[in-house]
Amino acid sequence: MLTLDQIKTKDLEGAQIAPAGVVSSKDKRAVVAKGYSDQTGWMIAVRDARDKAAFGLLFDYYAPRLKGFVMRSGTGNAQAEEIVQDVMLTVWRKAHLFDPQRAQVSSWIYQVARNRQIDIIRRESRPVPEELKPPDSTDEDASQIIALDQEAQQLRQALARLKPGQREMVEKAYLGDLTHAEIKAETGLPLGTIKSRIRLGLEKLRHELKDLRSP
Amino acid sequence: MTSFSQDITHHISEPLLAAYAAGSLDWHYSLVVAAHVSMCDECRARLNAHEAAGGAVMECSMEQDISADCKSDVMSMLDSPAKPDAPVYSKSGVFPAPVMAALKGKPPKWKAVGFGVRQSILHSDASGSVRLLYIPAGEAVPEHGHRGIELTLVLQGSFSDETGRFGVGDVEIAGDDLDHAPIADKGEACICLAATGAPLRFHSLIPRIFQPIFRI
Repeated sequence: MLTLDQIKTKDLEGAQIAPAGVVSSKDKRAVVAKGYSDQTGWMIAVRDARDKAAFGLLFDYYAPRLKGFVMRSGTGNAQAEEIVQDVMLTVWRKAHLFDPQRAQVSSWIYQVARNRQIDIIRRESRPVPEELKPPDSTDEDASQIIALDQEAQQLRQALARLKPGQREMVEKAYLGDLTHAEIKAETGLPLGTIKSRIRLGLEKLRHELKDLRSP
Repeated sequence: MTSFSQDITHHISEPLLAAYAAGSLDWHYSLVVAAHVSMCDECRARLNAHEAAGGAVMECSMEQDISADCKSDVMSMLDSPAKPDAPVYSKSGVFPAPVMAALKGKPPKWKAVGFGVRQSILHSDASGSVRLLYIPAGEAVPEHGHRGIELTLVLQGSFSDETGRFGVGDVEIAGDDLDHAPIADKGEACICLAATGAPLRFHSLIPRIFQPIFRI
């Protein structure tokens, strides 16, 4: 287990340097001091301070990735940009629901994107699980947020280590390009590799959920 | 809620959770998954893990250039008023929040289907249907053909069939190969949320005429 200080150093080494003066230096200092990833810091600034500069940075980081993601499924350039706009605007508007103790930024944006895409195509809300207690920003556990940031980074590394064919299957599964039956038929291979990561995070999340669940 | 979460022994399978996370699961199955996850901490944690994996895939996607207008349009809309949010429903009685959302906050409209069994169809289209079933204690679930898998989530009471016993929060995943005859256990009436694939197609004319009426 890495100590908080080790994580801080590690994160800072790999951190992308935001243009100076874009995020207010006070916010940035607070986030850097806590050792959060840039993305988590931006998202928290958007949520708590409605910080448009931080949102701009979030947009610059995620919009090209989100566009690449939706275009993988065969969506054309113009429509992909419409989806990106819709999702990023939803991220801004629903920022108060972002809880970094439960979901890392990329995981949260992925959920927003899935929900929006389905809502738009079906013109009917996608069934979603009951929300747990709403996030309480005054009482956030920094170590839990850092742990989720770290886990997201490890998942990306695990994905990068997959053989090309396996990686493609995992990508197709999470792009929504595989039916349930196809995913079921494929579990032996690529999902298995991700599964060990999932299992590692599971106990921690379960423990966390027990504490987070409203009485 | 937490008390029975520990007692759940029949969970949503990994491929179903992955398909739900990825948005590739049909609406009627998605409702059962969302309802089960609302009741089951373990599946909520596993779903979070799949969403984290989906987030990793998204974040690692090949970047595509964004046009300048795309960003400036979004930035200029940040202060414009958003459409009001859809109402958020919460758990009511035995019905978890996603079921209340499907019911639009109203109590289910039960229709008798014989032997004291009642049903309330929440959603039905060409790809399948999802309904609430009320089965009096000791009664059998009426015989029903289904295409594709059938997901049955217990909301009250319990039922048993040749594969085992299913209590509150348990979900039975039955393939179309499973010829099962579930019976509500003695004691309390059993209320289930059941989703099936597309209705069976009959080849002869007469049942085909009646099919839309009975919605079998």
